[in-house]
Amino acid sequence: MADIALQPRTAKAQIREATAWDQLRTNRNWLGFWFMLPAMGFLIFFLAYPLGLGIWISFTDARIGRPGVFIGTENYEWLWGDSIFWLSVFNTLLYTSVASAIKFAVGLYLALLLNENMPFKAMLRAMVLIPFIVPTVLSALAFWWIFDSQFSIISWSLKHLGLITHNINFLGDTTWARICVIFANIWRGVPFVAITLLAGLQTVQPSLYEAATLDGASKWEMFRYITYPLLTPIIAVVMTFSVLFTFTDFQLIWAMTRGGPVNATHLMATLSYQRAIIAGQLGEGAAISSAMIPFLLAAIMVSWFGLQRRKWQQGENND
Amino acid sequence: MSSVQIRDVRKSFGGFEVLHGVSIPIEDGAFVVLVGPSGCGKSTLLRMLAGLENITSGTISIGDRVVNNVQPKERDIAMVFQNYALYPHMTVADNMGFSLKLRGASADEIGKGVRRAAEILALTPLLDRYPRQLSGGQRQRVAMGRAIVRDPQVFLFDEPLSNLDAKLRVAMRTEIKELHQRLKTTTVYVTHDQIEAMTMADKIVVMHDGIVEQMGSPLELYDKPDNQFVAGFIGSPAMNFLSGKLIANGSLGFVGPNGIKLPLATAPANSDGRPAVYGIRPEHFTIADDGAEAEIVVVEPTGSETQVIAKLGGEQVIAVFRERHQFNPGDKVRLKPDPALVHLFDETTGKRLNA
Repeated sequence: MADIALQPRTAKAQIREATAWDQLRTNRNWLGFWFMLPAMGFLIFFLAYPLGLGIWISFTDARIGRPGVFIGTENYEWLWGDSIFWLSVFNTLLYTSVASAIKFAVGLYLALLLNENMPFKAMLRAMVLIPFIVPTVLSALAFWWIFDSQFSIISWSLKHLGLITHNINFLGDTTWARICVIFANIWRGVPFVAITLLAGLQTVQPSLYEAATLDGASKWEMFRYITYPLLTPIIAVVMTFSVLFTFTDFQLIWAMTRGGPVNATHLMATLSYQRAIIAGQLGEGAAISSAMIPFLLAAIMVSWFGLQRRKWQQGENND
Repeated sequence: MSSVQIRDVRKSFGGFEVLHGVSIPIEDGAFVVLVGPSGCGKSTLLRMLAGLENITSGTISIGDRVVNNVQPKERDIAMVFQNYALYPHMTVADNMGFSLKLRGASADEIGKGVRRAAEILALTPLLDRYPRQLSGGQRQRVAMGRAIVRDPQVFLFDEPLSNLDAKLRVAMRTEIKELHQRLKTTTVYVTHDQIEAMTMADKIVVMHDGIVEQMGSPLELYDKPDNQFVAGFIGSPAMNFLSGKLIANGSLGFVGPNGIKLPLATAPANSDGRPAVYGIRPEHFTIADDGAEAEIVVVEPTGSETQVIAKLGGEQVIAVFRERHQFNPGDKVRLKPDPALVHLFDETTGKRLNA
């Protein structure tokens, strides 16, 4: 039996050499490439190309209806001496830093509040999301009315309470206008921070709080030593996104103030739109937009280092 | 160290009562195990002891202080959780020293306390690691270390071994018992595993549906279960139960299912013809010519002993033999319960009938 089984088989078909086409079709690496292609194409077409085009235009003197010629860094040199551009940079930094800081504080507070056991918890959590689901322009229009120089409900109420005699010129006064747009941005941005942090809070095991209770921690100590450190990775993510969204904000400003009064609320995004589309100076507008890139990169770098897995998150999981 | 008194404690969630008046005296330095099936209220009772749940009525005292309204941190207890509840962002040393830090101890004191506990548990080389970098058994030890550092009056353990694999569980069982023998701190330990209860406890409290079924030393519970529930819960494999009737007039005995005759040593007075449940542990069967005929269904040798599942009067019973018999499925054998080790229970209440 054994020697029969060991007899070599005869006349087996010759093994065919794999052609280049076969390799493209069946090789795992190439196959991976083919599957990646649609997503890559999408990203190149809708992200990389516009970004590249924008940067290219910023080095030309293009106007609407006239393809420009390459003029080197002339647009940037011109912006360097433009006080309105620098004002918009200042406004953007002020807007982003103040709004983000308050959004973080209020969002964290709301998240902690919503994480407590209370009646109508699900409904309250849903309600917090409302500012987020209202279209930006719609809420901006509502704020526009709330802050209207004649019909403002705030001025009306304060007058009836006898606290002021004249309407407050909310969107006409430079300081007030800045406060108003920042307030509107906070109102819109808080739900995102609150709900994301709430999701993070819910990943903290309840038994950790029980252990801390037995260890003798007060409410504040639990937050300081347990909740906050465990939440830092999520805080890094949510604040990066919040900063990026705020820095590039356009809709809210454009619907409420169009950058006025006296450019006091012009952000880089709105100034870029005004110069490029309204005034037709595509090259200059593109240069303003491109000038945002270093700031955004810096924000991303900060969060990237913040997001790196901390030492306590490393190491194998033995569960 | 101090004693713990649980007196007529009740607990309701909403309108639903889960503990119906539980009283357990715990002596100073004792190792008490609360055991019962899931949902019996044992963990709730432990959490009430810790102060994590309110006490609906009754009193709990630690030492001679009633602690019903005492904050958890003032109760001077330490608890080891089922999932260990180690702070993932703190090193082993920080985890163990956290309570001292909150108490406002100096860095020197904290270091001393942590090192002492680490030495007891052989954790010294791991002090700078994070919980993620530890194995299950090591995490378990850190959780115990966190309890030891506080030098509490009472240790509470909530199913601490159920997340470990079988081998480690046996090792940690010994370690916990050894630790208790060294520290002599009053310990309340909750488990659903009766083997854990039997091997570790000075005193076992068997709980079922929110009441205490019986408490006593492990061997008391094994030798003289108060009722059918305890009889079935303590011991592995579980006790066999056969329903039937007592015969006290003439020759003493028990008529089991399908009329099989089973021996009895004693019977309660005036019990002729009384319906009852006949309980016999698997290890108390012998093969004898005057035994009842049974048919072997399955033979399970484990090396040290052989478990035999057989049909006795149509009912399935388990018998365990230390001797090596040559059994095969389908064989007919004569099984004889040891009359002195038979337990009789009331058919309806499940209460023990014989002395």
